[in-house]
Amino acid sequence: MSITLNGRSVDLQEGVNTVEQLLSHYHLENRIVVVEVNKEIVMKENYKTISLSHGDVVEIIHFVGGG
Amino acid sequence: MLKISNRTFHSRLLLGTGKYPSYEIQKKAVEVSDTEILTFAVRRMNIFADEQPNFLDLLDLSKYTLLPNTAGAKTAEEAVRIAKLAKASGLCDMIKVEVIGDDRTLLPDPIETLKASEMLLEEGFIVLPYTSDDVVLARRLEELGVHAVMPAASPIGSGKGIINPTYLKFIIEQSSIPVIIDAGIGSPKDAAFAMELGADGVLLNTAVSGAKDPVKMAQAMNLAVKAGRLGFEAGRIEEKEYGAASSPTTGMVTS
Repeated sequence: MSITLNGRSVDLQEGVNTVEQLLSHYHLENRIVVVEVNKEIVMKENYKTISLSHGDVVEIIHFVGGG
Repeated sequence: MLKISNRTFHSRLLLGTGKYPSYEIQKKAVEVSDTEILTFAVRRMNIFADEQPNFLDLLDLSKYTLLPNTAGAKTAEEAVRIAKLAKASGLCDMIKVEVIGDDRTLLPDPIETLKASEMLLEEGFIVLPYTSDDVVLARRLEELGVHAVMPAASPIGSGKGIINPTYLKFIIEQSSIPVIIDAGIGSPKDAAFAMELGADGVLLNTAVSGAKDPVKMAQAMNLAVKAGRLGFEAGRIEEKEYGAASSPTTGMVTS
């Protein structure tokens, strides 16, 4: 299945079906990030249970320097 | 002590985290600044590039309160979306409402700022709106229930210092919530001046990060904010038009 991830179209490999698996695929499991799927924020406790579907728009967001 | 909502801070200097020459310099600057509140921006992660360190990873988060901003938002709705993303990190519930209304001057949009503040208060955020030096807007925001107002000294990143002390003083005098002078600070004298006007705090970024020696400037700003506050509390003398001798005018040895 393919999703739009941070503005880019990405084909997910087999075994990447949940938010948790997506984060670990990109080695982000220990980073401070916030995930939004189709403009809905996914809380950490739901990373395991929220499944991704073809066509989902996913944003992985973090804090950067700013004033 | 600076009291924002139910939080107290010993430091009255709030520091931005953008545009430092390196994380190493930034870390030292933050340490010597004595700040307890650091601002951040919320952005998409560049996940397709090689892993890059993030300044947050280097911070002892137990020592700092994070104040994310809504920079990049042009409408109240965009600001609320960014604020909710920031809060979902689980690291903060304070938000600097920043809705820019003019790209050239970076001055805030007062109407969208007011709307965003109202929406975020309903969502339970601790709301600190960044505004121009508009006295009535500051009062309207206070009436809404925001937890501090943050009028600009001059345009963001301009380093022009305090261009309208009269209006800032009006805002300070009328407010019973903290007034934090945010943006436009250029040098330590501006920070000290803001505090002497009676501001509760100063928020600055470029003045430190863009200085030739950011670590030294961070220390200078730390001292300037403290000196300005002490001066305000001490109560300065009245200005006089002409000289008034400090030494006695009687008992001269020359007479």
